[in-house]
Amino acid sequence: MSAAAPISTVRAAAGTRSGRRRLSPTLWTGATLVALVLLAATISYVWTPYDPVAIDASSRLLGPSAAHWLGTDALGRDVFSRIIVGARTTMFVGVIAVGVGASLGIPLGVFAAMSGRFGSETIMRVVDIMLAFPALLLAILFSAVWGAGTLTAMLAIGIAVAPAFARLVRAGTLQVMSTEYVLAARVAGKRELTIAGRHVLPNITTMLIVQASVAYATAVLAEAGLSYLGLGTPPPTPSWGRILQEAQTVLFSDPLLSLWPAAAIAVAVLGFNLLGDGLRDRFDPQLDDRR
Amino acid sequence: MLWLITRLLSRMAILFGTIVVASIILFTLLAVLPGNPAQVALGVNASPAALKQTMAEFGTDRPLVIQYLSWFGNFLHGSFGRSYLTHAAIGPQIADRAQVTATLVLLGTAVAIVVAVPLGVAAAVMHRKKVGTLLSGITQFGMAIPSFIAAILLIDIFAVRLHWLPSGGWTPPGTDIGMFLRQISLPVLSLGLIEAALLSRYVRSATLNVLREDYMRTARAKGLTLGRAFLRHGVRNVAIPVVTVLGLEVAALLVGAIIIESVFVMPGLGGLLLDSVSNRDLLLVQGIVMILLVAVLVVNFITDAVYLLIDPRLRSRT
Amino acid sequence: MVSPESQTASVNEVLRVEGMSVASPRLRLVHEIFFTLQRGDRVGLIGESGCGKSLTALSLLGLLPEGVRASGSAVFGESKLDLLGASEKQLAQLRGREIAMVFQEPMSALNPTMPVGKQVAEVLRIHRTVTNRKAADAEAVRLLDQVRLPDPARAARAYVHQLSGGQRQRVVLAIAMANRPSLLVCDEPTTALDVTVQAQMLELIAGGVTENDSSLLFITHDLAVVSNICQRVIVMYGGRAVESGDIEAVFRRPRHPYTHGLLAASDLSAVDEHGGLPTIPGSVPAAGQFPEGCVFRNRCQRADDACLSEPRLTAHEAGSVACWHPLLENKA
Repeated sequence: MSAAAPISTVRAAAGTRSGRRRLSPTLWTGATLVALVLLAATISYVWTPYDPVAIDASSRLLGPSAAHWLGTDALGRDVFSRIIVGARTTMFVGVIAVGVGASLGIPLGVFAAMSGRFGSETIMRVVDIMLAFPALLLAILFSAVWGAGTLTAMLAIGIAVAPAFARLVRAGTLQVMSTEYVLAARVAGKRELTIAGRHVLPNITTMLIVQASVAYATAVLAEAGLSYLGLGTPPPTPSWGRILQEAQTVLFSDPLLSLWPAAAIAVAVLGFNLLGDGLRDRFDPQLDDRR
Repeated sequence: MLWLITRLLSRMAILFGTIVVASIILFTLLAVLPGNPAQVALGVNASPAALKQTMAEFGTDRPLVIQYLSWFGNFLHGSFGRSYLTHAAIGPQIADRAQVTATLVLLGTAVAIVVAVPLGVAAAVMHRKKVGTLLSGITQFGMAIPSFIAAILLIDIFAVRLHWLPSGGWTPPGTDIGMFLRQISLPVLSLGLIEAALLSRYVRSATLNVLREDYMRTARAKGLTLGRAFLRHGVRNVAIPVVTVLGLEVAALLVGAIIIESVFVMPGLGGLLLDSVSNRDLLLVQGIVMILLVAVLVVNFITDAVYLLIDPRLRSRT
Repeated sequence: MVSPESQTASVNEVLRVEGMSVASPRLRLVHEIFFTLQRGDRVGLIGESGCGKSLTALSLLGLLPEGVRASGSAVFGESKLDLLGASEKQLAQLRGREIAMVFQEPMSALNPTMPVGKQVAEVLRIHRTVTNRKAADAEAVRLLDQVRLPDPARAARAYVHQLSGGQRQRVVLAIAMANRPSLLVCDEPTTALDVTVQAQMLELIAGGVTENDSSLLFITHDLAVVSNICQRVIVMYGGRAVESGDIEAVFRRPRHPYTHGLLAASDLSAVDEHGGLPTIPGSVPAAGQFPEGCVFRNRCQRADDACLSEPRLTAHEAGSVACWHPLLENKA
């Protein structure tokens, strides 16, 4: 019986609820951008205008034209072909890294939720420390130990995104474990792991998908940075980060060249970020932290 | 004041504990490497005697635990040992380079705060109008761009096409302040603007939350205009989540700085790290990463301390 | 023409609300409210949640939520300023000085990061009642003492989270009364407090109002509270004023069926043959879903076709009522 009730009705009536639900522009834009990258990668397996690694000294640094849609680089290679083949690396590294992260993080999170107070707290402390460790730094470190390369990169990024999954899963598990139907299941004698599998996972699936999307964006970013620094996928396989680095060396001769890999990276990262945000809005409109 | 001292002391203890744990993890990680630094240093054809002598020099003939304790002990004294490869003292190298990185990160953070706060508040105040949505879109876009891409774009525009600013390099401020400023502008802007995009979203969110609070309404009921009510009562409460984010972002800022140093060819820790990684100069790598970790942990400690000062509600909790 | 009698009346008139309506873009929330407050008057605004009483109060201070607007007129004080048409700057000058408000939620009404004494001192310095910082702090302690906070000097240094709900509400009252306002508006100030603390709070409010010769507009749903502290009462339902008059008259002899129902429902000794307490049939509709014509007609046993058109507030010898079939005697 308080005055708060009618005021909130008033607020709702005045249309002050923030954000949009369902098929928001965010979701659409994100999905489109991601689809674009996926499309580029897929097409590159079937067809590219030119061989992306073929050097052609006579066609160096040509601008965009009908023959070379995005021009050529310092070694005469067709930029468009390199970019769409580079999409493969991006998608691939992302999938593996997120896969590694989820495979490590999810069980860890469930385990943390199931263990007693002390175990749970200790694990989460370690997770918190790892959470603050940037993927790129870990990848650089791993490169020192095991040598640079795609595998090292994927492993490092995977380990770097795992804590976020662990945190999410632990919170979700704890929450679900305390709901009534789970308590009923436990009273009925079902084993904890069964409960976890059947009740917990379906409920946190939506949040996992959102997290996967965000983690993917992190992976793309980290891989681009690594390749730029020369620690990612080794040549001659095209990778956007390295294409960018190569373009930078001739920045003064051809300022336009850097634009393409830069745009590609931005599109991919933006796409996954927006997708994650859009999905988050769709699945749980109350989660309003950064809007 | 006693509460403040006890709280800080306990936080410092935790800080130290975390540093120890981090150092153990780091050391173990690098010690796992197959092969032998002495071998790497002397080459494939080294004689066993020379190998043994070098290993003794390096101290790699001792048990791992002893090696760790020795290294960590020296670390606490500020001594980082000597590089296996170059035999140069690591400490001074790091100190030199750290100056550059620190300058970049500090100035970048300053730019980020200066840009993000007005931007975020404006976005909050105008969140229902078109301008608000536009700002939101711009910041969303800004967050997706890695700082090194922004850097290259900025170089493209300001150095290559307009010739206003140099495309890289570093001059200590003491030597030539003009050149220093010109060379540091683009790196700092790249780092700062991208960070500002992220930060402003938090400022916006925090401002919106604060504006909805009952105590803002009370402040207005006292006779303060909305603007003054926000300045007197809102700012402190907005600062709290913003300080949180800054603390969390330090690691990201450091990493961003590392790449930016590469873009602008600046003699900072980033360059040293990358060189040492490609040379497999492990002791150097260890030292640099340790310093970075400590920097992040110390900054987090400082933000915690700032919290205690800003938010009186934390004082009564254990 | 303004007659001498009405001129004198004007001088003593603190607030004259005429035809005040509050609406959001899609809904009409409060509809054509009329009332007047003389100096020293204590008027209660009663009704259940959703009847628009809080919005009425917020409109007077210009603190309506986003998207909600007030129309009509609310002429205030000697300067005869229309609060509903005033600029933010004009309102800011009045708030905290001539008009003050005590809100319902003591838990969140104060800034958690500022000592309580500073928040009291602030209202003094905003309106330059006291300009010197130290003097303002001292006066703040005195005001906290006036609302009977134990150890006021220490309380002034305390933070909000260190005080109980009742203590916080007293701080809010101290802030409201600091500059001796001519009009004090209280929006359910005791609803969130423990019963034992409520009485004390009411005493403080009554005392403060008497001492400053202020007018009081007291909003509540609690009939016992309002009869304790007010002389006149306005009953609201569905965003409209359905009855008003002296509290004795209205409570002893309600004329509007809703008022009657409200009083009967509050009478815990009136148990019927089934052992149940009397209630008003049906429930309060959501905003925007009140019936056309008389807002109460879908729950009223006396309703007929005449009630399809909206009754106006008509005066009778002891007050006024908006009903086509007012109760003539004290029975259902």
